[in-house]
Parts: sequence; structure tokens; C-alpha cells
Amino acid sequence: MRVPLPWLREYCDPDLDVRAIEERLTMTGTKVEAIHHHGVTSTDSFVVGRVLSAEQHPDADRLKVCAVAVGSDDGQPATIVCGAPNVAAGQTVAVARPGAVMPDGTKLKQAKLRGVTSEGMILSESELEISSGAEGILVLDELMLDAASSPEGELAPGTPLADVLAIAIDVLELEITPNRPDCLSVYGVARELHAATGAALSDAPWNDDPGSAGALSSAEVTVQCPDLCPRFTARVFENVTIAPSPLWLKARLTAAGQRTINNVVDITNYAMLLSGQPLHAFDLDRVAGAQLTVRRAHDGEQVQTLDGQTRTLDSEMVVIEDDQGPTSIAGLMGGSRSEVQPHTTRVLLEVATWSGPNIHRSSWALGLRSEASGRFEKGLQPEQCMHAQAIATRLMIELCGASVAPGTIDIGADGHASWTEAPPQTITLREARVQAILGVPVALARQQQILSALDFAVQPREHGLDVSVPALRRADVTREIDLIEEVARIDGLERLPATLPARRGAAGKLSHAQRVRRAAEDAMVGRGLHEIVGWSFANPELLDQLLLPSDHEMRRVIAVENPLSESQSIMRPTLLGSLLDAAQHNAARNGPDVAIFESGTVYRALGAPSPAGAPSAPSATGAPGATTGAGAELPADEHHGLGVLLSGALAPRSWRGEHREADFFAAKALLTGILDHFHLQWSVEPSTWPFLHPGRSAAVLAVATGQSEEQAVRLGFVGELHPLVAGAWDLGRTAAFAIDVGKLAALAAPVRAFQAFGAFPPLRQDLAVTLPESVSAAEALHSVRSAAGEMLDEVSVFDVYTGEQVGNERRSLALALSFRALERTLTDEDVAPVRERIVAALEAVGGELRG
Amino acid sequence: MIDRIQQLHSEAESAIALAASSAELEQLRVHYLGRKAELPQMLRGVAALEPAQRGAVGKAANQARQALEALIGARTDELAGGELEQRLRADSVDVTLPGAPPQPVGSLHVLSATRRELEDIFLGLGFTVMEGPEIETVHYNFDALNHSPTHPARARTDTFYVADDLVLRTHTSPMQVRAMEAHPPPLYVVIPGRVYRPDSDATHTPQFHQIEGLAVDEDITLADLKGTLLEFARAVFGDARNVRLRPHFFPFTEPSVEVDVSCFHCDGNGFLKDGSRCYLCKGEGWLEVLGAGEVDPNVYAYVPTTAENAPGYDPEKVQGFAWGLGVERIAMLKHGIPDLRLYYENDLRFLEQFS
Repeated sequence: MRVPLPWLREYCDPDLDVRAIEERLTMTGTKVEAIHHHGVTSTDSFVVGRVLSAEQHPDADRLKVCAVAVGSDDGQPATIVCGAPNVAAGQTVAVARPGAVMPDGTKLKQAKLRGVTSEGMILSESELEISSGAEGILVLDELMLDAASSPEGELAPGTPLADVLAIAIDVLELEITPNRPDCLSVYGVARELHAATGAALSDAPWNDDPGSAGALSSAEVTVQCPDLCPRFTARVFENVTIAPSPLWLKARLTAAGQRTINNVVDITNYAMLLSGQPLHAFDLDRVAGAQLTVRRAHDGEQVQTLDGQTRTLDSEMVVIEDDQGPTSIAGLMGGSRSEVQPHTTRVLLEVATWSGPNIHRSSWALGLRSEASGRFEKGLQPEQCMHAQAIATRLMIELCGASVAPGTIDIGADGHASWTEAPPQTITLREARVQAILGVPVALARQQQILSALDFAVQPREHGLDVSVPALRRADVTREIDLIEEVARIDGLERLPATLPARRGAAGKLSHAQRVRRAAEDAMVGRGLHEIVGWSFANPELLDQLLLPSDHEMRRVIAVENPLSESQSIMRPTLLGSLLDAAQHNAARNGPDVAIFESGTVYRALGAPSPAGAPSAPSATGAPGATTGAGAELPADEHHGLGVLLSGALAPRSWRGEHREADFFAAKALLTGILDHFHLQWSVEPSTWPFLHPGRSAAVLAVATGQSEEQAVRLGFVGELHPLVAGAWDLGRTAAFAIDVGKLAALAAPVRAFQAFGAFPPLRQDLAVTLPESVSAAEALHSVRSAAGEMLDEVSVFDVYTGEQVGNERRSLALALSFRALERTLTDEDVAPVRERIVAALEAVGGELRG
Repeated sequence: MIDRIQQLHSEAESAIALAASSAELEQLRVHYLGRKAELPQMLRGVAALEPAQRGAVGKAANQARQALEALIGARTDELAGGELEQRLRADSVDVTLPGAPPQPVGSLHVLSATRRELEDIFLGLGFTVMEGPEIETVHYNFDALNHSPTHPARARTDTFYVADDLVLRTHTSPMQVRAMEAHPPPLYVVIPGRVYRPDSDATHTPQFHQIEGLAVDEDITLADLKGTLLEFARAVFGDARNVRLRPHFFPFTEPSVEVDVSCFHCDGNGFLKDGSRCYLCKGEGWLEVLGAGEVDPNVYAYVPTTAENAPGYDPEKVQGFAWGLGVERIAMLKHGIPDLRLYYENDLRFLEQFS
């Protein structure tokens, strides 16, 4: 909302400069977003001039050479070349002398125009930013009339232009919060300024109403949907003369950001800006049947609005129609058929209250926003109708020569005349409560002063005040706390001390799950991966690109009903999409080597089995704080996943030649870095997913320490992406894993118990064995461990060999064995029987000892 | 004879001193002290001397031999040390070559890093970190936060819907009532999380991140809010920062405020040392960072008294504050990130900057 400062000062004029006013308004809740300077920056060299003669330019058809009295010291008129067709001798005009700085920043100089030196410029309204439309130069006849009635009697050439015309105006651009539609008005802001500064507030501009109440004979109005139209008022004006508005009105409206049209339309806009209440002027002679009916539109009904567009309505929208059908969409825009014309002589002025939510809905549904709809949708009070009627009536009489017909149509919430005001609400404000909420006392007298300044009626009572709410605030102020806010904001939040809560036994902490998540993320960062943050939204095409069959559980996604675009219309069921998108982006811009991870939420419709095979009832995994409503049902299956994607080289090329490419084992190594961090017993087993390489993919299984393998939980997958999937994102060999961090946290022990270890060194031995390829490394190690018993501390595979030496469909595994006892140093003799059992166990699964 | 011994002694002494390698030294040892060398032979021949000479010659020869042995020993150690030094020098590497194998440096995304930083600040102030669902009911997202049934924010132009009564939460505030349902007062929580609104332009992305704060106890005042956020502002933006509260409006807080932090780029002056206007705060001296207020009493009324939160939330007995801050905004201010879209593009040249 743009408020020209001189207009504001007309109602409240504190002895403060514009910066101080900005500060007071901002700090009391009416934020000044910007201070605009409207018009010229310096009024120097702008003067009143009188055209003494205007002769045709010898060398230019469209230019005139004028002698203009400008009150110069030597008494000589200035020669000014002017291109306006309406310039003529005898006119009093606005002149910019050389040295003047125009609103657009250009500095005027003496200049030759087709051989004639021009000492300045005769100005138009638009050059002074008084209006945008008027053609030709600005002729100050109207100011002459004003001057004729003043003591000086004359507007002398050379008079500073700024003395007679507002050519330099500070304009406040205000942010009005949605609860304060009463402040979408100059007088509303003036009241705020009054409360914020203590400067006097002038009487409301609607107090003096030249019109009258009672029946109105020359027009009729019917309201068929009073639920959507709590009040409808109308007045009729006769003998209206349509003309341009006076300069002061044009200057104000233009500074406030309104276009100027003609006196009647400008008056409706002026009354709206002053009172906050929109108005609409009809040419009564073009209202068919001189009657208006307010009704819901029919579904599919079409109306042509003022902007020339045809709009299709529905039955939740309201139209105003005459005998020939709809003339406007209520609260949004008038129709062209009955708008005011240059020859209009009878005007019906409509001022109505509409249902805010209904206007909001209609406005969005039609994509039609106007100054009026923006006000109505915030919910105006019915009292404002007559405020606007009173202001407009006075100006119609003063500026259009109109006479107001007796009476006012005034239809209230029951659909019948006439509207009646609801009694004000009275609220008790306890003095102690003010301090309890704010943390600082405010004297009762100060509270009373603040509320009175804001138009509340205040009566002292024991330990507090009884406060009646003014009509314009009834929607916003309904409770004691609302009054406390009024006191707080005007008394000044700057006065509040900065204190800390007096704590009662609350200690801040992260939950176990949150700590597990951080540790898992840190493990990936520590291994050189970069975290990405992807979109929760996904394209439904993702499901096809991941080769998911039509009945796949991951297709049970949550769809957004009103997405911004089809490509953001589902909630991602996996982190793979955003990881692949980020990998593709970086491969294209920064080269093929990508090592990234994402830690974020994935979403499934309730009841969909999770891909890891665990039951997918709403669980605490979406809420690792584990402090969401105990047992409160969550609306969807959300769980926190951690996904890793590797493509290309794992590290920059080294001068030493070490070079590792992303593959299954690279991904598994990173997964190991996370799972071993939490000391889980875990394993992988071959398993297939549609989007993974069928020979290089596995399920990740884990159990908590001390639990049996039957209790293993599937945490997620690890594998190389199917080449068709990687190819769809323009990637080569790509490996990935994704795990459910909520399940991981549930398995990870919050506290580790100490494990005793002895002082004696281990005995290490190696063992090479050939095995059928069908025996997995895990099976071989399992055989070794089962056979060895407690003396075997560790066993691992340190070499794998296939080739002719070990025969077809066989391979050689080299195992590193480490034996240890708590109480002594072991010897080869000690472990010999164990080793024999190990060899026997390996032979039992087809193994042969090598060498 | 004794002269000869002395001659040999001094001759050997200078030769040992000049020996340049342990091999040369070994040759000298053989030459002067070996089986066939003159000095040992003299010693062996002492018995054949006249008794009067035996003592003096034997003693002189013996002393010379011992002295030379000691000299050779010392010189051997000296040369060995030098030769090791020489070998090590010859074994030098180009220390300016990169370390191997390369250890790539990873990074948290700046939004994660910022979120953690903020979480840690509030942990230090005694707040527990809670999280909640992103797919949320209309009840928690709007109704229980005192939004009127016709509030514009409920419109499908302002909120993503996944069903008639389910939305993608538009803020982290729905967790206020969820948290109070689960816990009795006193309650001090922060709730980080992802939120959604259907806006997409240079200053809006349809998903973004907030951190909600909620403190409810018997006597939590607006001044306590100011103090808590002052601590936060100083922890994030520096010890010299100040905060100011400006009155504002939110449906679920009353009084409501917007919170500004004094600009850390121009020290709150609005202008830089060279007199130019501060680009960061645009000359205002203040940066708007979040919205907050005292929890509206109507919100407490949405918390049913249950076994979990007994004795419930009676607005005459408890009061508190809440805030909602934008993680993207804090990170933008702190790191000078010019465009929201950089966060979600995930370009490695962006990600690497915040390791």
C-alpha cells in the first residue's frame, strides 16, 4: 500500500521527518518497506510562467516559439520552444528553467531546437508525474481560480511551482498484515501514526456526510445471496458533469499508484484509498430497468469484464445484474456495459461488503485480481460502506457539480433493508496479565492511553480495564491476548529486556536415532563423499526409468493432487532418483567421477510393503526424535534413508598409478564403513531389484548385537545399477546402496558394553584352498568359523584366484587366520588340531587345500 | 726404536684423520695394525730385545696400538654416520608431489551443515530436537494452528494437497500441537524439517527447510523470546549482533513479531566504511531472519489432555513462545549465497565449497 506522506499528514502530522515516521510505523507493526520519492527530487528551477506569445517556429511545423514570463530578475521573458499543440498566449503554465532536474533524472540545459535557443521547458502533467494520461502542456487555470480568491489575488510568474502544486512527494510503501484491512487506508494509517507518536488525529473524513439515509426512489436493489453480501449500499447522483479531476486529486492518486481517469472514477478511488472500502460507479441511465440484483452466478455463466475478457463463472461466484443480465462480478471487476462514460449525467454509487473468503476463492479461480478484490478478500467491516459513501458524496457534489438524491439503499445481512450495527464486544484486560505475557510491566494509564488512541473505548476496573472494541477491529480483536498485543506493539517492543527462560528441568539432547544419522552421514563425508539435497518431488516417469514392473511395491507412491508440474507430481519412493539426477548434472558439467550421498526422507502410501521387506506400518523412523505423539498415527509411510551413488573413478588419478573405479565392491566398502561403525552383525545376500544389475546386487541384512540371525532385518540394497538405468541418466558403470536409517538406529546399540581382551599376541597363519565357484566366500568363512571354535579370533579372505591351475568352475581363496587365547601365547602345536578341523570343514564343502 | 713407534703413530694418526670412507679406514687398519704390520710385529719382537729396552719399547708400542685402535674405532663410527646420512640424502623424494593415494575431502551439504549448526546452538540452550511427518493432516497444519476454515493459506494455490485432508506441510509448526500432545509442560523443543509451498521463482522454491522452536512453561514471556533469539543470533552471526522485534501477524501466535538481526556486514550501520550503502541489508542495518511470537491461547485449546501430556495445556496456567526460521535464508545470509536454486542443483563446484 502506497501512502503519499502529505496526504497522511493531513490527518496526523507529527513533528517528525520521513525517516522518523518510517521508524515509528515499522516498530509498531506497520512496516515501511520503502520510501519512494514521487515527482522531482529538487524543486529548484521549477516556476509558474505566463505565456506572453506563442509563434510558429520558422523551421518546424509542430513547434512553437513562446515568450514566457518567468519572473526573472531582469524582467525579460524567457524564450521557450514548445511542441504541445495546446500552448497559447495568455496561459499560466508550469516551467522548468535550465538547471532543473526532471523526475527521470535528466538535467535541463539551454538547448537549440531547429535553430532557436530554448531557455527551459513548458511542462505537461506526465512530466511532473501528476498524471499519466493528460495530453499537451499543463495549464494552471484552476490554480488561477484558487489564487483569485486568495489575498494575493494573482498567481505571479516566477512563483515557485512547489508553492502551488505538489511536485515532490514522499510516498511510504507499507506492508499491511492480513489482520489489518482497516489499515489499507490513509485514515487507518493516520490512526496508527497517531497512536505511535501521540500527534493529534483529525476527525474522520466521513464524519461530515452531505447525503441522507432513508428510502431512495430512483433505483432498486435486490440481494438474493445475503450470506455472501453482508451489506449493500447505493446512492444516486444527478446532474453529474464528467471532467478531468483537479490537479491536487490527480497528484495524490498518481503518487498513490492509481491511474487517473475522470472525476467520478477518481473520486471512487480516492474514497477507497482514504477509507479502505472499494466503491463502484454505474451510469444509472445504462443500468437496464434501473435495478440491480445480487445473485450467485450459474455454473458456466459467461460475463465480459471491463478489461474486455470473457469470464466463465460458477455458482460460488456472485454477479450483479440488471434487466439485461450481469453487469459485473461482485467484488472483482465491473462490466463495460454500465461503466461511466464521458457523457454520463446520472451515477449510481455502489458500496458493498462481500464475504472475504468467497472473494478470495473467486479471484483465484478466475485468475482475476484487482485492487478491490485484494481488499475484500481480507474481510472488510460493513461500517466501512458508509464511510466511503460519505467521502464520495461530498466530492461528487464539490467536483462534479452533482446533486445527491435523497435517501440511501442499505441492505443488511438478512437481505432486507436496513442494515444494523452489531453492539461492540467488551473485553476485560488484567494489568497483571500484560506483564506476565510481555515480561515487563506497562502502567495502567499507559495501557489506557494506547487503547484509546487506537479507538477502543476504555473503562478502568479493579486491576485492569474494560475495553470495547471498535467496529473496524472486531474481526481482529476478540480476546484479552489481542489487547495485550495492541499494548505491546504501541508501547514498544524495543523496551523489552532480553531474558532467558527460567528453566525447569529440560535438558537439550539429540535422540539416539538423530545421533546415528549424523554418524552415518559423517562416515560418508569422512570417506570423501559429497552430500546432496534432492527434491522430495519426483517425476512419475522415474518409476519407468527404474524399470519397475507395474505391480511393483515401489509404485505405491503418494501423488500430489495440485503439483506445480507433472515432473514434480509424486513424492519420491527412493533416493535413487535425486542421486541419479545430481550425478547426471555433474557428469555433464564436471566430468564423469561422482561420489555423492543423500540423507533424506522417502515416502510411500500407507500399507505398501517396504522394499526392504519389513512391515511398513507407520513407524517412528520418520520421526527419529521418537517424540512425536506417542502412538499417534502418521498419515503416510515416511522413512529416513541414506543413499550413496558412485560413478567413474573413486579418487583423482594418482601419479602412483592407483586407480579404482566405482563397482559393487566400492559401494559395499562404503556400506561397511557405516555398518561396522555401529558394530552391527550384518551380511549381504544375493538378491535382485529391477533397477540393479542382476548379477551384482544384494540385500543388506543386519541383527542387533546378541540377536540370532533369524531376527535379521533387511536394511536396504547394495549393487551396481542396471546398465539400462545408468544409461538413462547418461552414466557408465554406477554403483549404489540405500539403507533405512531408522532401522539402522533401531539395531545400533546406544551404549556399547566393554569387551575384555588379553595381553598375549595372536598367532597368524594363512591357508589357501580351492573351492567350487558355487561356494560363496561367506559360506566358506562360515564353515571355517563353525569348525574352529573360540580359539579363532579372526578370519578374512585376502586373495581370490581363478585360472587353469585351480580347474574349471573352481577358484582359490587365500584365508588369513588369526588365533588368540586370553590367558597365554599360542603355539603351532596348540592350533594344529583347530587347523585340522578347519581343513576338514572346508573339504566338506568341496574344498581342497593348496600347496 | 721408540722414535720409529712415534713416527708410525703420528703417520697413522694423520692417515686415519684423512680417511674418507670406511673401506679406506679398513685398509689403514690392516696396514698399521694387521698381523703383518710393523707395529704389531714390534710388539711381538719385544721379547727379543735387551731387557733394559723391553719395558720402554713395549709400553710405547702398546700405547700406540691402543691409541690407533681407538682412533680407528671413533673414525669408523664417524664415517658410518656420514655415509648413512649420504645414503638417505641420495634417497630423497620430490616432496611437492601430491600425497598418495589421494584422500578426497567430502562435505555435508550447506543446508545440512547449517541445520546442524542451528540444532547445536539450540541444544546448548536446552532445547531437544524433534522431528515430524512431512505429509500432514489439515488438522495439524491449519486447524490446530488457529487458521480460520476459510484462511487463504489453505487454498490449493498456496498448499500442496495429497488428499482432501492431507497436505504437504507448509511449515514445521504442525509439530507444535503434536509435541504438546506427546509431552506435558515444561516443553523446550526445536523441530527442523522440510516444508512445501507451491511457489517457484528466484526467491522461492517449492520445498525448503525450517526450524521451529517451541518453549512452553509457566512463565515464558516475550522478553524470554527476545533473549533466546539474541543468543541464537550471536551464535550464528557473531557476538556483536543485536536483535529487534517488530510487531507482525501470524494466526497461531499472539503477540506476533518479526525478528531482525543487526547486519553483520555493515555492523548495523546500513553503510560501509567507504560510505556506500550496504548491499546485504540494503542500507537498513537490519536483516529479517524469522517470525515468532507468544503461542496463541487458541492453539493450547487444540491439545487434548491425555495420559501422555497430563496435566494438559491450560492457557491460564502455561504460556510460551514459538518461532519458525528458514534454514535456506540463514545459510544465504551467512555464506553470501546469491540464489536459492543453487541449493537443489547439487553442482559439485557448489558442494565442495562447504567442506
